[in-house]
Amino acid sequence: MMINAKKIAGLVVFLCILFVAVPSIIAVTGRWDFYYTLTSVALLSIASAGVWLTFYIGRINIGQGAYALAGGYVSAVLVTKMDVNFWFTIPLAGMFCALLSVLIGMPILRLRGVYFAMVTLVLTEVMRLAALALSITNGAKGITSIPLPQELSMFGYTLIPDFGTLENPKLAFYFMAVTLMLICYAVLWRVVNSRLGHLCRSLQQNEELSASIGVNTSYLRVLAYSISSFFGGISGAMFVAISQSVYPSSFQVTDSVNFMLNCFLGGLGYVFGPMLGTLVLYFGWDLLFTAGRYQLLIYSTLLIALILMLPNGILSMGIFNKKDGRS
Amino acid sequence: MSTILEIDGVTKKYGGLTAVNNVSFTVSAGEILSVIGPNGAGKSTLFKLISSFVKTTSGSVKFNGQQISDLTPHVVARMGVVRTFQETTIFRSMTVRENVVVSHHLRSSSSLLGFFLSSKKARADERRFGQSADEIIEFLGLESISKEVASNLPQGHLRALGMAIGLATDPAILLLDEPFAGMNYDETMHMVTLVRRLRDERGITVLLVEHDMPAVMKISDRIVVINFGQKIAEGSPSDIQADEKVIEAYLGSEDDAIGL
Repeated sequence: MMINAKKIAGLVVFLCILFVAVPSIIAVTGRWDFYYTLTSVALLSIASAGVWLTFYIGRINIGQGAYALAGGYVSAVLVTKMDVNFWFTIPLAGMFCALLSVLIGMPILRLRGVYFAMVTLVLTEVMRLAALALSITNGAKGITSIPLPQELSMFGYTLIPDFGTLENPKLAFYFMAVTLMLICYAVLWRVVNSRLGHLCRSLQQNEELSASIGVNTSYLRVLAYSISSFFGGISGAMFVAISQSVYPSSFQVTDSVNFMLNCFLGGLGYVFGPMLGTLVLYFGWDLLFTAGRYQLLIYSTLLIALILMLPNGILSMGIFNKKDGRS
Repeated sequence: MSTILEIDGVTKKYGGLTAVNNVSFTVSAGEILSVIGPNGAGKSTLFKLISSFVKTTSGSVKFNGQQISDLTPHVVARMGVVRTFQETTIFRSMTVRENVVVSHHLRSSSSLLGFFLSSKKARADERRFGQSADEIIEFLGLESISKEVASNLPQGHLRALGMAIGLATDPAILLLDEPFAGMNYDETMHMVTLVRRLRDERGITVLLVEHDMPAVMKISDRIVVINFGQKIAEGSPSDIQADEKVIEAYLGSEDDAIGL
């Protein structure tokens, strides 16, 4: 892989924006509510990154909400009922969703195009109904008053302090979410730029030819889908920790559709597309709040216009490609 | 010459329709063998059966004594039997070189995780693939367009690219599905030379399905003729040209169709 000075410079600037510029701006303007918004953007963009990866193997995934919900419940149950440290529940929630997606993916990934999309659309609803019906998820009442993340220490060193003792947990959550997002996108970037990603791309462009050059297409599809669901699971787990509660309606079909839209909006050809897409979509919606009852009207008009004018996503605009072709 | 591929009583039925009916023949190592027949005779189905893209109703295909029918395409490819496609099937949005590099998958010694972590082995693999891809591109005379995105290429180049993709897998047998379709005389002759060189310089056994009679007569060591799913003749080009059954049942009365 080629890492040139330009890319490193871009990364440094990006890190500075995330960890220095944003907190300073918020401190100066006093818009503390932006922390919640940005934390949400970071977490939702992780789930969107997963959806993006399924797009990358040529499948339209409208079911990420299902895995986000499952991940959220896994974390909530482990924390409240089994007293597991929250930080360990993040990878566990991811693993749970990855395993679940292998079981679900093996049959449904044989489907293509709109048929796969339809099945995944149903998946979110199935998960919501399952959460309603099961006893471990506490039905419609959901799981509430989930404690804030505990301290995480290793060999006597405190890696992450107890969030309950912090005077500004909002900032801590923001840092955590952004760090998690960076890790996930680094993984995604590496997947896409290694042979694994090249093979995914071959799958996206022609599954039959891919099989004929010796790629185990069904295995690769399931693998990509499980990574995708892993992202969905950890994003859901983190989200639940922030809201300190989870309900069957925490992630719905609308959320699944939004995850997909984020990918479209940012650009399916760019690894960082879903990140930008989530930011624009989520922030756009929030900023339009002042428009009152016209919010949805303006929002959808803008969305249609964007997709019409930039069918390959925001990142396909000339200025982005010149500055950093990070895809 | 030793037998490398053995097609033994292969039959494929789609509901009431028998696409391939009890076809048997063998292919020797280092041979160029053509399967010909009118449209809908079952040639393409036969190819799909050999490469395990569809499952047989009965019969078997053996490669070096091992059964390769009724498996999955990637397993068959791994064993060394690789097909190219009738349509111009390529990875459209990749460049020519990327197409060839990615098709080296079977030659990798590192695991996918190794590639993800960029292990030493994986990096060595990628270097090897790059070199080998350049060599294949040169072999097929595609150097000038190696950075071109595949979807921008004219048909003749696409066909050659399809062959390059097949070559990248390092096959023992290459199944070429209508390599001369839609080509003019010069392009066809160029392709005939290329196919010959595959065999002569790389020792690849070639099995091809084709309509273009002059090209088939020129290139083949042996020809198998199929009509309505059944084998009606087998032999050298001159045998086939003289075969009454073939002329009657398939080629009709017009002699010039077979290049006489």
